[in-house]
Amino acid sequence: MTAMLNVKDLRAYYGQVQALHGLSFSLNEGSLTTLLGANGAGKTTTLRAICNMVRSTGAIEFEGKPIGTRSTENVVRLGIAHVPQGRGTFTNMTVEENLQLGAISRPDKKAIGSDIERMYDHFPVLKQRYTQQAGTLSGGEQQMLAVARALMLRPRLMLLDEPSFGLAPLIVRDLFRILGKINREEKVTILVVEQNAQLALELADQAYVIETGRIVMSGNAKDIANNEDVRKSYLGY
Amino acid sequence: MELFANQVLAGIATGAIYACMALAVVMIYQAIDHLNFAQGEMAMFSTFVSWQLMQWGVPYWGAFVLTVAFSFAAGIVIERLLFKPLAKAPILTNVAGFIALYAIINSVAGLIWDFTIKQYPTPFGSSPFLGSQLISTHQAGMIGITLLMLLLLFFFFRFTRVGLAMRAAASLPESARLVGINTSWMIALGWGMASAIGSIAGMMIAPVVFLEPNMMLGVLIYGFAAAVLGGLSSPFGAVMGGFLVGIFENLVGTYIPGVGNELKLPIALALIIVVLVVKPAGLFGRAIVKRV
Repeated sequence: MTAMLNVKDLRAYYGQVQALHGLSFSLNEGSLTTLLGANGAGKTTTLRAICNMVRSTGAIEFEGKPIGTRSTENVVRLGIAHVPQGRGTFTNMTVEENLQLGAISRPDKKAIGSDIERMYDHFPVLKQRYTQQAGTLSGGEQQMLAVARALMLRPRLMLLDEPSFGLAPLIVRDLFRILGKINREEKVTILVVEQNAQLALELADQAYVIETGRIVMSGNAKDIANNEDVRKSYLGY
Repeated sequence: MELFANQVLAGIATGAIYACMALAVVMIYQAIDHLNFAQGEMAMFSTFVSWQLMQWGVPYWGAFVLTVAFSFAAGIVIERLLFKPLAKAPILTNVAGFIALYAIINSVAGLIWDFTIKQYPTPFGSSPFLGSQLISTHQAGMIGITLLMLLLLFFFFRFTRVGLAMRAAASLPESARLVGINTSWMIALGWGMASAIGSIAGMMIAPVVFLEPNMMLGVLIYGFAAAVLGGLSSPFGAVMGGFLVGIFENLVGTYIPGVGNELKLPIALALIIVVLVVKPAGLFGRAIVKRV
């Protein structure tokens, strides 16, 4: 398998504060990888650095091309969809407009209509609400919408920042089931950042554990889930 | 009753001026999420450019089209040179920039064309409209142009991809970048469009208030008031707000004793404040619903 995303010695800064201290990892094409760690470990920063939303140094390569100096919108246009923390919903627009926006940078306009229909298949609840202002959706529905919006890009790689945050356990299960399906059926490589380590490890095939801006553990998701010491010291369950 | 109808009609005629300007105000608000105090002066300058073109022998509609194109480009240039570098600066820095721009454009226009009042032509003539002394064919034409612009803007924002991208960039820049929108160019485009709409407003208003560097001083204040009354998020609301301010102003002047020309505007503006206290998003503005 070839590495789709290669990150080497990534260092990121918020003003004078360094948040990442030389992070290196890679994602295989078609994989579903999770990045785990406690609050403030640097998970969100890692995702933001990939999309150039935070000042960083180091090498980031996507499909062999360096992307570290590209603007956020130009990173996205390569096929990297980012579902940000807090979902980034366009709350004053309708559900359908949110989906349209997901595809706004795509040159193939004809397929957008059928893609929206496909999203309604994945997330039936969105179909019932397509003319509704997105801000009126519940948290779970907004998260579904955020994932659907990201998929409208037809991404090669999807980055998700704590999709389970603030959602009821049943809804999280549902969401993760759909993510697994998208990964398998649509061959979208997925990197999901999570605090809910148990659930993320069930879903993922690869895992990285990050602590204060450094990778402290990496490997097969099952091995990490089965390793008592790792679970106790880093994942807290 | 006839007096009432006549005053409403006259109010609509003046309101068309405010509506025209309010449309430009809403346009810039959509793009940059705040108001541009130099907008009136930009419109005034554009109007002078069209006047100059006509002095050089360009026919009215030729000058009109050239001026709109010039204003569109000038709006983009102003954004790229002045306000793009200020994009991350605090809002008050931008406000200082707007005020500086206001003073600069005003002085430059005075320098080039001096401060004497000039006649400005109308393509619609100035005879009574449908036999009414209260509304001229020019005012009717201005109402028509305003409604046409409104219609075009509505279609642009509702049904085009660029319009959707502009709305997204204005409401949530970070999310907009994450779907691949170049938000910086969307803002520049918004400036261009606002400047172009402002130039049309200026060319429609100039035959009524006459052409001079300070012609927009009052008009811009009414335009702001109209836009806020109607709802800054809604072009339709802004135009309706414009007409309502015009009608309010006239009715107050007619029916409340002791209110002459001096007091009718303050009273109309006070009424606007009352409306906004009750409906902060404006009469037609969409209150943003949030659920967490």
